[in-house]
Amino acid sequence: MKPLRGTFDSRSAKALADPSLQQALRNFKPLFVAKRAAAVAELPDFERLRDTAAAIKDAVLSELDVWLERYAEKVESLGGKVHFARDAAEAREIIREICRKAGARTVCKGKSMVSEEIGLNEALEEDGYRVVETDLGEYIIQLAKEPPSHIIAPAIHKTREQVADLFEKNHPGRPREESVAGLVNEARHALRERFFESDVGITGGNFLIAETGTSVIVTNEGNGDLTQTLSRVHVVTSGIERVLPTLDDLSVFLRLLARSATGQDTECYTTLSSGPKRPGDPDGPEEYHVVLVDNGRSKMLSGRFRDMLRCIRCGACMNHCPVYGAVGGHAYGWVYPGPMGSILTPLFNGLAENYDLPNACTLNGRCQAVCPVRIPLTELIRTMRNEQVKAGLMPASQRRMMAAWGWVARQPGLYRALERLGSRMLRLRAGRSGALSSLPGASAWTDARDLPAPQGPTFIDQWNARGGDQ
Amino acid sequence: MTHSNRAQPRVGLMATCLMNVFRPNIGFSAADLLRAAGCRVEVPSDQTCCGQPAYSAGDDDAARAMARQLIEQFEAFDYLVSPSGSCIGTVRKYPQLFADDDPWQARAEALAAKAYELLSFLVDVRRVAIDARYQGKATYHDSCSGLRQLGVKRQPRELLSQVEGLEIAEMDDAEVCCGFGGSFCVKYPKISEKMVDDKLKSIAASGADTLLGGDLGCLMNIAGRLRRAGAKVRVWHTAEVLAGRTDGAAIGEEEAR
Repeated sequence: MKPLRGTFDSRSAKALADPSLQQALRNFKPLFVAKRAAAVAELPDFERLRDTAAAIKDAVLSELDVWLERYAEKVESLGGKVHFARDAAEAREIIREICRKAGARTVCKGKSMVSEEIGLNEALEEDGYRVVETDLGEYIIQLAKEPPSHIIAPAIHKTREQVADLFEKNHPGRPREESVAGLVNEARHALRERFFESDVGITGGNFLIAETGTSVIVTNEGNGDLTQTLSRVHVVTSGIERVLPTLDDLSVFLRLLARSATGQDTECYTTLSSGPKRPGDPDGPEEYHVVLVDNGRSKMLSGRFRDMLRCIRCGACMNHCPVYGAVGGHAYGWVYPGPMGSILTPLFNGLAENYDLPNACTLNGRCQAVCPVRIPLTELIRTMRNEQVKAGLMPASQRRMMAAWGWVARQPGLYRALERLGSRMLRLRAGRSGALSSLPGASAWTDARDLPAPQGPTFIDQWNARGGDQ
Repeated sequence: MTHSNRAQPRVGLMATCLMNVFRPNIGFSAADLLRAAGCRVEVPSDQTCCGQPAYSAGDDDAARAMARQLIEQFEAFDYLVSPSGSCIGTVRKYPQLFADDDPWQARAEALAAKAYELLSFLVDVRRVAIDARYQGKATYHDSCSGLRQLGVKRQPRELLSQVEGLEIAEMDDAEVCCGFGGSFCVKYPKISEKMVDDKLKSIAASGADTLLGGDLGCLMNIAGRLRRAGAKVRVWHTAEVLAGRTDGAAIGEEEAR
């Protein structure tokens, strides 16, 4: 996916002014948070599971090459094919080639963030394939020609009415549906036809299991299963960091993923696929491919953002992020929104181009508190700011202000004098009113709020005047 | 200068920049409470800032310079205490700013280990009996830094439960950021405005006539927005209520004639 047009500021301003988006955000926000809290409360082991999961991921990451090799060997021994793609362009080419060789016309897709990351749909459509998203949310935004705004609920920014409009326009000959159940049913009917026509089915891979050569997807709609079993060719797209050693390890992550993502004990469908259809199998794909995408991940292994590779894409961080809750996912400009995106997007697409993402954060720590694999997201967002500073990206005005403040703050006498002066001026301006409704140079504060005025001389001056303690 | 002893530890009170300029009453309240907890309180006159703005902005060089200054000013005390979770959170981060073989690292560790946010200090380290009255129904905003970096949650509630006349009405989303976030509120004012409005809705829904919290930045943000919205909710730092220093104007409130 190409980065969205505009800046973070322009996109977030648009988001704040969009009443249906704000309505959609109001609807969804409490849902995910409350459901997760309830699910976690019912599993006393949850905190220990988080530790275990983080430890498993760290162990895998410290020998990632070994685990990837084992996984690939196993897949190939089952008759599958593993492709390593260094970047997005390489990944696109590999999948185009698979589709071309298969003589495909229709390509069905299960939800895959990596396919969004590498801009797969655009490439395949350019080649003339009919590309059909089969996840309900992805299907909706495909019809709307919009990018996803959430990694597990891609159409979360759409209200029910908007979806009804969209379906009415795109499903000619059907009466308009208004209810959620009716809309789901309508999508199911439209998609069923496509599944039968599908030549190549592309899914993501939530986890890849080295010991068995298995790819695992979890969905709530079962669309992933239909995508991969009804197509002649199954292609799994996944990041290289998604490999786990054993099925036992998988059980730890499955217990964390659904609870963190949607507050379910488990997703409705957990599907394990190992290789193509074997002789005697009643169904399954004739070909089974796994495209493992690096696209900057191996570089993260050796740097300050390595912990980010533990991410299992549950979306808990954005569900709990108050900034995401205010502006939604499109403001972040690319595939990965919210806290995890504020780290991944600058790493994948450039620190300068995405200057705002790590800065548009209050460092409130709520994301970090819920991350199932204990990624220190808040710390990493601050670290990203530090990388931006080191790269000279802090705007000149802010840099000058920071330098001046840093110097003054190391001259206690001068700092005291300036605080005294500031206090006196603010008090003069406020009179006895207790607050200022405007202040030259501080409109960013006073446009929305009054500024409480200082109570009197500074604390330290008053303290010293009273002779200190007692 | 008195020598420290366990019966009467020497506490260096860190006057946060905002408190020092905008709300000295919090400083005096903190001193009262610390004395009531049997501490001897000193306020180093040459202290300036803990470096939080630089640290949060990712400017580690500037933050390190501030850290060295503050370590020198406060390391002789038995404890460093401040009525702010975010400033103490910054002091607790100091060790990360220095390399392992830097002699400042050990000094940073030592200071971080005895640096406490006021309300948690008064419960977890020194017991204090509260002797205060406040007539009202208050709701509590858990400021993010105190809550998630320092685990300040039950301590203020435990202390406030001893205040005569005070009723606590918890609000929904008490643990959700109010949109202050230091420079965030002026860098992204519209998003911040949306967030503080969400907070105002939660406060209104709680039916409280008073908002309490432990970090002045958040309180000024919320009080400023409440006043702009014409809401009649009074805003105090928890220390002011605990010390019984609530005779004057609350934060952002007009002075009595």
